Amino acid sequence: MSTLEIRNLQVTVETETGTKEILRGVDLTVKSGETHAIMGPNGSGKSTLAYSIAGHPKYTVTGGTVTLDGEDVLAMKVDERARAGLFLAMQYPVEVPGVTVSNFLRTAKTAIDGEAPKLRTWVKDMKSAMGELRMDPAFAERNVNEGFSGGEKKRHEILQMELLRPKVAILDETDSGLDVDALRVVSEGVNRVKDNTDVGVLLITHYTRILRYIKPDFVHVFVDGKIVEEGGSELADRLEAEGYDRYVGASA
Amino acid sequence: MSLLAQKNPEATAGAHTDSAAAFVPDQSRAERKTSYAVADFPVPGGREEEWRFTPVDRLGGLFSEEGSTEGAVTVETDAPEGVELLELAMDDERVGTAYRPADRAAVTAYAGTERALLVGIPAEAELDAPVFVRVNGVAGRDNAHLVVDAGRHSKATVILEHRGTGEHTAGVEIRVGDGADLTFVTVQEWDDDALHVAQNDALIGRDGKLRHIVVTLGGELVRISTNARYSGPGGSFEGLGVYFADAGQHQEHRLFVDHEAPHCHSNVEYKGALQGETAHTVWVGDVLIRASAEGTDTYELNRNLILDDGARADSIPNLEIETGEIVGAGHASATGRFDDEQLFYLQARGIPEDIARRLVVRGFFASVVARIGVPEVSERLMAAIDTELGGTAAQETATEAAL
Repeated sequence: MSTLEIRNLQVTVETETGTKEILRGVDLTVKSGETHAIMGPNGSGKSTLAYSIAGHPKYTVTGGTVTLDGEDVLAMKVDERARAGLFLAMQYPVEVPGVTVSNFLRTAKTAIDGEAPKLRTWVKDMKSAMGELRMDPAFAERNVNEGFSGGEKKRHEILQMELLRPKVAILDETDSGLDVDALRVVSEGVNRVKDNTDVGVLLITHYTRILRYIKPDFVHVFVDGKIVEEGGSELADRLEAEGYDRYVGASA
Repeated sequence: MSLLAQKNPEATAGAHTDSAAAFVPDQSRAERKTSYAVADFPVPGGREEEWRFTPVDRLGGLFSEEGSTEGAVTVETDAPEGVELLELAMDDERVGTAYRPADRAAVTAYAGTERALLVGIPAEAELDAPVFVRVNGVAGRDNAHLVVDAGRHSKATVILEHRGTGEHTAGVEIRVGDGADLTFVTVQEWDDDALHVAQNDALIGRDGKLRHIVVTLGGELVRISTNARYSGPGGSFEGLGVYFADAGQHQEHRLFVDHEAPHCHSNVEYKGALQGETAHTVWVGDVLIRASAEGTDTYELNRNLILDDGARADSIPNLEIETGEIVGAGHASATGRFDDEQLFYLQARGIPEDIARRLVVRGFFASVVARIGVPEVSERLMAAIDTELGGTAAQETATEAAL
């Protein structure tokens, strides 16, 4: 049983016009087995929340705390956070030329587990996870994200989530840019990990579409750097019908 | 783009008013001088086209015509049976047939060398192991000349290794016989204070194939000029280079592929990483396709990865084409900084920063290292790159396990 606790998180970013406040006091608790959806309009700070938890150097935390099972996440380096059990599926996965997917996955798995995986079971696990995500086996010998289509990049992110088995996974707009078939494959992958590992999921999205495939236990509406409303999955249905206008109007 | 050179400044002075006009373009790369006479090449001041990137003040001694210091180097050879290893006088008919000094350092090297070393691969011999020539610099000035003669239809790999210290000028002359397939590797793993200026000239016979590989990791100042020519149609030159410059190092690689024979092929790929504020690398790739070289297919590429602010990589590809009847001609050059987003992505997967950096740099070199195809060279090279990146033995093992 794991708990990710975010308390009054405040984050700024340096821009050409000076320091900009993005997160203005975020409170959120994600426990094992729970699925939380964070929904909000563009520019509301959803992705900043994801990258701040992962430790991207672009963002400066100016206040608040983030803990995972009581450990201070903000004091950890990026790789330490991942080894502690956090995972971020990125909206724009980065190309790493000359590094094959299989080499990358094995290096990451070795780092997370603290020892190299047993070769035979590892190859089997990788092949079956790739098969379930409908990825060609030749994929393993391609360079990380190089020349991948949008759908391939997202499948590759979920493949990592399956193999690295995090305690809490943050999925940053994993649904954006996917057609319905790819969305279904990716969602099935997430649900499989949920069923098999009791992972806590923080699903960041702009659209309600993905929530038809991945059922959230909690929905949080994110506007202007903080959560403005919380509810169950019925809140997503309401957003589907009404959009964000109500919240955006209120904050403006 | 044409090359700039200091040429007849008086003749053009009237037509232009600015001082830059004193330098007019060569009509062609073909006009660059070659000669065996030291007097034909004045001591460079640093403004000449072929020396403008080189800190010539650090090379002073190598421009003077003088013999080698007694005991300046030790040379070991290791060759499979059947390979000819001979010391030859410089006036021997087997020396200089494919070599033409093209700058001051090359001509003083030639003039200062007493005996050349010949590595002869007999015609139709297929060697099952590489020939090694290991040069170890002890102290002082050394002039050297190596002749690699690959007989017709032979197949061989020759590896020239440089270690130690001292001041070195050298010529390397590579004759690839008709239908021969030669891989030649020159490795510069000098100590931090070594100076090394070398000219490699290759003459490739009809349907001959040369893979010329340059690996430069050490030395204070290393400058390797490689010139490839073809003596018949159907020849192929593959020029591969890997370099890693640290603070204070100057590494310069110049290539000139002279396509005169028809239906020849050339492909050049050099990749370098720079680490430390004062690291400086230079890559100049000239390709000339003469009017007679119909059916030529050529491509050259240089990529540089800058790991630290303040390091400087100069990259200058030049392509000169005198006939339209070619298969293809192209070049690419790019210099980029180490990408922090790549580092973040890898670290976000639990990979510690040092291993992540190593993965990225190894990945950068991967394409060219894969093309080297000589395990004796590529394995050592990757280990050396890991060492350059500050890896300890323990980390190396971890990375190896992960690979």
